[in-house]
Amino acid sequence: MYKILKKQVLSDLVTLMEVSAPQVTRKAQAGQFVIVRAYEESERIPLTIADFDRAAQSVTLVIQQVGKSTMQMCQMNEGDEFATVAGPLGHPTEIEKYGTVICIGGGVGIAPVYPIARALKEAGNHVISIIGARNQSLLFWEEKMRAVSDELIVTTDDGSYGRKALVTEPLKEILTARQDIKKVWAIGPAIMMKFVAATTKTFNVPTIVSLNTIMIDGTGMCGGCRVLTTDGAQFVCVDGPEFDAHRVDWDVMMSRMQFYRAEEQAAVEQWKHQCNLASAA
Amino acid sequence: MAKKTIVPKKTPMPEQPAEERIHNYNEVPYGYTEEQAIAEAKRCIECAKPLCMAGCPVNINIPGFLKLIADGDFRGAVNLVKETNALPAITGRVCPQETQCEGVCTLCKKFEPVGVGRLERFVADWEAAQGALPVPPLPPPTGKKVAVVGSGPAGLTVAADLARLGHHVTIFEALHEAGGVLVYGIPEFRLPKAIVKREVEYVCSLGVKLVKDFVVGNAATVDELLEEFDAIFLGSGAGLPWFLGIPGENLGGVYSANEYLTRSNLMKAYRFPEYDTPIARGQRVITIGGGNVAMDAARTALRLGAKESIIVYRRSRDEMPARAEEIHHAEQEGIIFNLLTTPVALHGANGRVTEMECLKNELGEPDASGRRRPVAIKDSNFCIPTDIVVVAVGQSPSPLIPKTTPDLKVAKGGVVTVEEQTMKTSKKGVFAGGDVATGGATVILAMGQAKIASKAIDEYLKTGAW
Ligand SMILES: Cc1cc2nc3c(=O)[nH]c(=O)nc-3n(C[C@H](O)[C@H](O)[C@H](O)COP(=O)(O)OP(=O)(O)OC[C@H]3O[C@@H](n4cnc5c(N)ncnc54)[C@H](O)[C@@H]3O)c2cc1C
Ligand SMILES: Cc1cc2nc3c(=O)[nH]c(=O)nc-3n(C[C@H](O)[C@H](O)[C@H](O)COP(=O)(O)OP(=O)(O)OC[C@H]3O[C@@H](n4cnc5c(N)ncnc54)[C@H](O)[C@@H]3O)c2cc1C
Ligand code: SF4
Ligand code: SF4
Ligand code: FES
Repeated sequence: MYKILKKQVLSDLVTLMEVSAPQVTRKAQAGQFVIVRAYEESERIPLTIADFDRAAQSVTLVIQQVGKSTMQMCQMNEGDEFATVAGPLGHPTEIEKYGTVICIGGGVGIAPVYPIARALKEAGNHVISIIGARNQSLLFWEEKMRAVSDELIVTTDDGSYGRKALVTEPLKEILTARQDIKKVWAIGPAIMMKFVAATTKTFNVPTIVSLNTIMIDGTGMCGGCRVLTTDGAQFVCVDGPEFDAHRVDWDVMMSRMQFYRAEEQAAVEQWKHQCNLASAA
Repeated sequence: MAKKTIVPKKTPMPEQPAEERIHNYNEVPYGYTEEQAIAEAKRCIECAKPLCMAGCPVNINIPGFLKLIADGDFRGAVNLVKETNALPAITGRVCPQETQCEGVCTLCKKFEPVGVGRLERFVADWEAAQGALPVPPLPPPTGKKVAVVGSGPAGLTVAADLARLGHHVTIFEALHEAGGVLVYGIPEFRLPKAIVKREVEYVCSLGVKLVKDFVVGNAATVDELLEEFDAIFLGSGAGLPWFLGIPGENLGGVYSANEYLTRSNLMKAYRFPEYDTPIARGQRVITIGGGNVAMDAARTALRLGAKESIIVYRRSRDEMPARAEEIHHAEQEGIIFNLLTTPVALHGANGRVTEMECLKNELGEPDASGRRRPVAIKDSNFCIPTDIVVVAVGQSPSPLIPKTTPDLKVAKGGVVTVEEQTMKTSKKGVFAGGDVATGGATVILAMGQAKIASKAIDEYLKTGAW
């Protein structure tokens, strides 16, 4: 069992959990993820290792409530235990001194992009970061991102904070204004990554995305996480999670992610119903 | 020996009627009663040269244990079986008996063979009904530490053998439950998970430490484990699913058999939404393949509510590699077999699969496997509408461990190279056995290799000679 050591609500939808996971911390690196199961009956879901503390043997997970599993996790408290935390899984981010780079985090994607930005900065890169969310209440870690970035741009879709724009707008401006951008990292909703990929492609700037497909085992055993790339079908859990954004077939990826929508909704409704019954009792 | 009249047919084993069982996950055959078991055991003519033993990959003393059953000494029988086979409750249920012990039984010349598998299952179940197994006296600890990677039949066998020899064994398992394919692949209605659990608990009762959620290669490499352990056994199986590489395979509703069965068995999606993991439930499900895995997927589909569950297989019925009993059960349950048929494309709408395009085949010359090669008939394309497709065309070992262990030699298909007499790999201190060393094979072969490996590991720990 994996104890929740610390819980911090970051925004209306996003919660940070620091979890004891000695097996994971020994080798964890930026860009890798874990598979987490809240309870015995729960799904196995992938979550990025947003940070880790080797001395305390803990990993930091930043969880956005989108369906039953993530809602349930966010309701758990310090001292509670997750049934499974397996990892570190997937390949770490390749960190080098590239020169000037851009790191983009959308929504909960700000959490996984943070350790990448930090590592890039430590490696001596000039790091420009763009973070965005639908509105101010969903934004978090602005100060943390500022601390590891040479420049930081904040956007919201509705203009409730920072610049009213999608992250792709400042991205396009930067790419137009300066020719020295060596590489771009983008983590966020699939639709955001798709449009970042389209934007950087016209400027021919290498772009890395971290794909968030549906997973089960996370060890390359089921193939459920597969995406189509120009190299054929690839398993996100073992071949990724980072991929060359310009090689990904975004339409296939997005339609695969939609597949369980009806079941997911049923699960949330049933669960909310049970919660209501429990709180009424 | 006095001549006896031979009952020509196997004593029938009662089972759930097909109409009922397709609506539940309970085991299909109920097993023999004591009387039925004794009657069946008495059919054995106690051959001077028992061919059955030669047909069994672990050479169980079959006439010996059948005689003990016939005499009503079930304890004696189960002990004798367990001298060479630690998991009889499992092999009795899943071994391809018709090509092994029973396939070569002398009775086959004129009659049905002795139901060796059913009797093996009987003695194991009889033992389980007597309560928890006493832990055998263990020798003093040797101080040697062994890491076993994977908790499938191979890993469990090595762990039990070495623990009984006084070595300290730790099993590292990637998933949250131990048992390998026995828990994530083979469905409850064929192998109840309580049986696997009992075996795992027994292995742990011998002092074996089980570490779950631990992916070797990621959480620690083989080299890192070697810093802490004196020897390593790789029993990581053949978990990488193959796809066909035909157009449309990435549409929603197209599963590998591993995913379909893992969702249903390990994650208990058949109890959704009580369990959280969803699985698509279609009116019509097509499974591609003709092995045990395909039968399991097609029969699972029925239990998930499919009105029609279809198997598409490119050769003919005679070439299907599945156990005879599974094909028989599948037919009873109303699975439709579309034989001599090769899928060439999957078509869909809105990102979901809606039909499978196939070609008809005829049988040509025998290929390398000795089976007649299917040859496509030109322009015979036709389409079968469907909601779900399950691809069950084989699997190979995952590249994860070889990729993170540079000096581990692997042959074609990702299979770890071993010396057959010892199961030694190319890397000092590292042994391997089961599906990781053979590619997808059988439970009993995995256990047979594990037995060889445990002996060699014990030898290596004692002498240090490689
Ligand atoms: C490698 C990897 C790393 C990830 N890291 C994080 C992380 O650090 N923090 C985090 O909050 N999430 C992360 N995710 C996404 C997370 O796994 C999913 O949000 C989670 O599985 C949803 O489970 P659920 O039961 O709560 O929602 P579900 O009921 O499964 O889904 C609810 C809704 O969300 C959509 N959805 C389903 N799966 C995903 C997905 N993978 N990504 C986005 N939307 C999805 C569905 O279409 C549906 O509409 C990661 C995914 C991957 C593959
Ligand atoms: C659906 C299905 C039906 C089958 N039906 C039959 C049948 O009827 N009769 C029969 O004889 N055989 C059958 N088989 C084949 C049989 O199950 C296998 O041959 C047997 O399980 C192989 O045993 P193993 O111990 O080598 O590997 P597995 O049972 O595959 O176990 C390997 C274990 O290692 C773990 N693992 C893998 N990689 C790592 C890692 N890096 N770190 C830690 N752990 C890891 C896996 O999670 C798994 O638990 C079937 C197989 C399938 C898939
Ligand atoms: S282990 Fe398998 S092959 Fe051997 S006797 Fe038992 S059922 Fe037959
Ligand atoms: S070959 Fe058949 S009849 Fe002969 S000993 Fe074996 S089980 Fe009995
Ligand atoms: S999650 Fe199963 S193969 Fe990637």
